[in-house]
Amino acid sequence: MSVITANLKTTLLGTELRNPTILAAGFLGVSAESLIRVYENGAGAVTTKSISIESRNGHANPTVLSFGHGLINAVGLSNPGIDNYIEEIKTVKEKKIPLILNTIGDRNEDFITVAKLGEAAGVDIIELNVSCPNVIHKKPYYSDPELLSSLVRNVKDAVSIPVIVKLSPNVTDIKEIAKAVEDAGADGISAINTVGPGMIINIETAKPVMAFKKGGLSGPAIKPVAIRCVYDIYETVDIPVIGIGGIMNGKATVEMIMAGASAVGIGSAIYYRGLDVFKKISEELSEWMDNNGYTSIKQLVGAAHES
Amino acid sequence: MNHNIDHTAGHGTDMPKAVKIKKIVDENYNTKTFFLDTKLEAVPGQFIMFWIPRIGEKPFSLSYIGNNTAITVQLKGKFTKKMFELSVDDIVGIRGPYGNGFTPQKNACVIAGGCGVIPLVPLVEMLDKPVVIVGAKTADAILFKERLNGNSKLYVATDDGSLGIKGFSTDIARELLKRKKFDVVYTCGPEMMMKAVFNLTEQHNIALQASLERFMKCGFGVCGQCIINGFRVCKDGPVFSSEQLRQMTEFGKFARLKNGKKVNLKEYYSWRS
Repeated sequence: MSVITANLKTTLLGTELRNPTILAAGFLGVSAESLIRVYENGAGAVTTKSISIESRNGHANPTVLSFGHGLINAVGLSNPGIDNYIEEIKTVKEKKIPLILNTIGDRNEDFITVAKLGEAAGVDIIELNVSCPNVIHKKPYYSDPELLSSLVRNVKDAVSIPVIVKLSPNVTDIKEIAKAVEDAGADGISAINTVGPGMIINIETAKPVMAFKKGGLSGPAIKPVAIRCVYDIYETVDIPVIGIGGIMNGKATVEMIMAGASAVGIGSAIYYRGLDVFKKISEELSEWMDNNGYTSIKQLVGAAHES
Repeated sequence: MNHNIDHTAGHGTDMPKAVKIKKIVDENYNTKTFFLDTKLEAVPGQFIMFWIPRIGEKPFSLSYIGNNTAITVQLKGKFTKKMFELSVDDIVGIRGPYGNGFTPQKNACVIAGGCGVIPLVPLVEMLDKPVVIVGAKTADAILFKERLNGNSKLYVATDDGSLGIKGFSTDIARELLKRKKFDVVYTCGPEMMMKAVFNLTEQHNIALQASLERFMKCGFGVCGQCIINGFRVCKDGPVFSSEQLRQMTEFGKFARLKNGKKVNLKEYYSWRS
């Protein structure tokens, strides 16, 4: 095992991170102790499961499978609702762990309520998950710049902690969405949410495998899409970006940061490399930086862009 | 062309694999064993995810391993009702085996309650003359009596006294552990029973391996649904050591519903039944 020597510290919207790896939303975020364990395994920050006002049971099993090049999931945003989740937030924050609250809702007011309660409980950053299709509006938030702008403005008015928006890659022009989000006052962007949705059919039984039939793709298969999206977003906006999508190791982390990310989200890599993947990636990142003459994360951010 | 590329060391895929049901055996009035036309490399205590297309997917402990692969299922809810409608030659999907399983050791005592005996039977067959205590509601409900008898000293407890002593398996264990020194205890059953077994093994300073149960989704340790404190039942378990059980403040007290809400065991079991 190598030792971490390069300076991996980074600041994300005023929150000091000991390294740029962040647990992405949806993985292991059900309980406080689960999030704490991820932090103990090396994460620089952790993100909750997507939390709504009311509890949600999500979809039937199978909800998460691995298709050989990544994961496919249709968990259906199951969560106990913000009131039942407050204690989990408080328990994580008692340990001074940097915590991002991922929020979902059908209308702006839903996001505002969850964000305000999260802020009061002590979360550091609010992440708006706008990728879930909803039934209230004609278009989902993620693909409608106007609707998205109104959401960002309303949540920004309601809380004083930083607000970031998690963008979907499943849009015609992610730059347009990123610009709208920045103009509306968002403090940062996380990208990308899952790709697709995709579908897998079991041919022996001639049936789609996922109970919900389709599911979002994550993991190694989507990394080039994620790198391109973060590259495009970095070209377009000045607010910091959390790069998420198929980051499996130290070199992929370097690549994502060079595309423009200030920190990286890690999720599916837990499946491939275990819970201590955060520690492993930090060590690999440090070793690569040492070998290539980089001494801080800052030097790497956006390095792939022409200056 | 081989499209089955493994991007990293470790896993390739975790998709339901189509298998035929080879044989179905009625174990008693509400329990069936499904033999599957496949061979799995597995250890006692591991489980598979069993998929019925368009119906759902649930975890089940393996009741036979080695030359036969089988799960034994008690009729309980909607999903098991559908399972009981399956016939020989029907195609279902399985993935796994998952979880850590039991670690066989010498001088063992095995304590089972109800259908908790299912993952323990292949372990008993592997152990060197263990002492086995099984408890069930009635004589009819005792599963795999012959398989257990073949290799062990068997004690039985039933709620109604129709076989063995009238009482619980823990009643027998309490007396037995006073008289005889074991190096390891294995247990699976209702959680309150396992909690009582844990208290006994702590009192007598004996290593325990307990197989726990929680509602699961992925089965491979990423979704976090089956968490007990910081432990993932599907990946870190389902078999946990005394040292791990000591850290679990939720053991015997709380479990999580499908939406992740932490509730007391009574509410959890009323949802599961």
